[in-house]
Amino acid sequence: MISRALLTGAAATALLLALAGGAAADPKQGGTMTVTYKDDVSTLDPAIGYDWQNWSMIKSLYSRLMDYKPGTTELTPDLATSYDVSSDGLTYTFHLRKGVKFHNGREMTADDVAYSFNRSVNPKTQSPGAAFFHSIAGYDDVAGGKADAMSGIKVVDPQTISITLSKPDATFLQVVALNFASVVAKEDVEKWGTDYGHHPDGTGAFYLDNWTLGQQVTFKRNPDYYVTGTPYLDEIDFKIGAEPLTALLQLQKGEVDVVGDGIPPAKFLEVMNDPEQKKLVVNAPQLETSYLTMKTTMKPLDDVRVRRAINMAINKDRIVKIINGRADIANQPLPPGMPGYDKDFKGYPYDPDGAKKLLADAKYDTNQSLDLLVYNTDPNPRIAQAIQQDLAAVGIKVDIKSLDQSVIIAAGGEPDQAPLIWSGGMGWIADFPDPSDFYGPILGCGSAVKGGWNWALYCNKEIDAMAAKADAMVAPDQAEARADLWKQIFDKIMTDDAPWVPVFNEERYTIHTARIGGDPSLFVDPVHIPINNNAVYATDAQ
Amino acid sequence: MPVYIARRLLQSVLILFGISVITFILLYVLPADPVSQIAGRSATAATRETIRHQLGLDLPLYEQYGRYLMGLVHGDLGHSYLQKIAVADLILARLPATLLLMVGAIVCELALGLTMGLIAAIRRGSALDQGLMLLSFVGVSAPQFVVGIILLYVFAVQLGWFPIGGYGHFENLVLPALTLGLLGAGWYSRMMRSSMIDVLRQDYVRTARAKGISRARVIFGHALPNAILPVIAMIGIDIGVFMSGIVVVESVFGWPGIGQLAWQAIQKVDIPIIMGVTLVSALFIVLGNLLADLIAPLIDPRIKLQ
Repeated sequence: MISRALLTGAAATALLLALAGGAAADPKQGGTMTVTYKDDVSTLDPAIGYDWQNWSMIKSLYSRLMDYKPGTTELTPDLATSYDVSSDGLTYTFHLRKGVKFHNGREMTADDVAYSFNRSVNPKTQSPGAAFFHSIAGYDDVAGGKADAMSGIKVVDPQTISITLSKPDATFLQVVALNFASVVAKEDVEKWGTDYGHHPDGTGAFYLDNWTLGQQVTFKRNPDYYVTGTPYLDEIDFKIGAEPLTALLQLQKGEVDVVGDGIPPAKFLEVMNDPEQKKLVVNAPQLETSYLTMKTTMKPLDDVRVRRAINMAINKDRIVKIINGRADIANQPLPPGMPGYDKDFKGYPYDPDGAKKLLADAKYDTNQSLDLLVYNTDPNPRIAQAIQQDLAAVGIKVDIKSLDQSVIIAAGGEPDQAPLIWSGGMGWIADFPDPSDFYGPILGCGSAVKGGWNWALYCNKEIDAMAAKADAMVAPDQAEARADLWKQIFDKIMTDDAPWVPVFNEERYTIHTARIGGDPSLFVDPVHIPINNNAVYATDAQ
Repeated sequence: MPVYIARRLLQSVLILFGISVITFILLYVLPADPVSQIAGRSATAATRETIRHQLGLDLPLYEQYGRYLMGLVHGDLGHSYLQKIAVADLILARLPATLLLMVGAIVCELALGLTMGLIAAIRRGSALDQGLMLLSFVGVSAPQFVVGIILLYVFAVQLGWFPIGGYGHFENLVLPALTLGLLGAGWYSRMMRSSMIDVLRQDYVRTARAKGISRARVIFGHALPNAILPVIAMIGIDIGVFMSGIVVVESVFGWPGIGQLAWQAIQKVDIPIIMGVTLVSALFIVLGNLLADLIAPLIDPRIKLQ
């Protein structure tokens, strides 16, 4: 019964697409989509929300000066209709759309943009994204609590805002497309105070209709949305509390459309081996790298020969098999698809004998034992065991410490703790599709501090200078040269210093009922996770 | 009696105070740093210190606890680190669901436990008795997450009698209440069995039988009311047992109660929520025990409160 119902749905969609042709390009509005999540939505405040659950919800409720074309990483103006960049690359002037309204009915102006940026940076807001705005002039004063407004932001008129940077920043247009740069209505922020995260009010494609704590969050289509004819769905119901295993059963019965937490690892093979279910799965590489960090400040890992040996000792093929082949092998920090990825880079191929030689050169003491910290959710402890076995084979003893994420993050920044950390489950997924995001926060000198995410405590001043140079290459015609410089940076990091073992780049798998239609890329959208709510449509409304 | 209650209430306050101190110390000596979770991965050291200062996490532990206690006296459980909203509001929003689940579980455990115990006592020594006692043993020892998943799979997925998790209708309540109640049903069936066997041995029961009253009337009219009372007096203590069960059961069934809230908060090191739920649970346990002690003399006048 179940499979037949699904089959009919899938066939109907296929038929519809084949017959109508244009249906995919210009779907009719209507219908409801149901998405499940295990955990309650923590907040819908765009300055605060920073997890995979609320990230795409906030994208639907709010708009930003820039956005990405659905299903791609290509930037496009959104609340701005156009922008100019001064010749020195320091001043960006955005021209805003006219007649854009908040969900409360008030018209949005440049003042709201300025207010929203300052709010995200203000330490009172406690935004995890504050540092993204660091290149705006006056950032330090606001972030340090000495001022309320960044001097670099100037409202020229209600439809024009100019933002001056203190240093050139090639990623600035990406920054204003981040959720933290969403435009909020000041009166609502002030009205709700600490409860604003439960009463979001933006200019986005959907508005929050109802939120029953721990049970359901309901979005309705914004009838005043400035892109006429979109979004297509009338309503999105986020059902809260279903374990992914339970949610998958509900999806098979057609009760829900999308399992927001993804296909549970334990069910992955079963789903992929069943042709009916496999049809409902969309997969694509994501901008992610899972890696092993080696604390460069700690003996014996302060010796680059040891770090290289560990790189050569790990059998990455076997690790990818542990996760049912849901990833591609990595040899550098950047994932494929990111500008600057070096497809010709060889890295350190699997070579246990070579590793043993290097260790012998380094006079490695095989009696000592290194702690390997790993996040205690499946499949990470199993991956750690594979690493442990590989390292034992070349004479490196490893003790696995399976811990909670917060404990690992705390130990990661300590210079004399956590010699090895497996990043899986906490791994680095790009905030925006730019190589700088894979350097500063996880490999740069600035992040080699307590509480930071640079768990190798890697700091190479020469490379920091190269990164600063790359970030200053802001002109559009420098894009290629900039990507090339980033390529050199990451090649140099791995070749000279090898602070990490890049292990794999994970693929994303989304399962959805055939009732929800749209280009496959919308279901593995690099920015909207799990799917692009604003661009998919309901086939039963067509 | 009023003196007794007053003394017990004072004791309860002291117990809660003790629990708050211990929980506070346990949570704050954790090697996990909540500031890293709040500040995000791109934050600078300065930003982290600002946030640490705003949350008062840079103060000495006793001062942090003092602040917490002052809030507590005013009914303020603090604000969630990650959700920012008041912990008291979060708990209040979810408390009705937990209470409903507990009521459902009490109904399940009494209905199942008392019936099983009664039948076992009447058919004492028979295969039926042994079978029921084996079942109660399973009920007592089976981990709730296993029971929950099995019930979910059999009755919701395979048979389709009940919805797969969820909240809001009577059908949603049955499976989680049953899962939570099975443990108690096991205990109750054993207690009911021994209590009933005790009563059936009493002289007045023998007298009643000798007078020629039917066996059914003796059991249901004379023996049962006396056997059932000491068993029912245990309900207060159950509340404590439930408080540990709800974390698991609510997570398995997606039940929006405070157990689920606690579980999610633990994973995110949202300390104010963990503190809040712990204290509210402790309050329930303390009150439940007090209730059990107060009911006892009403049921058996031989028990004197001092």
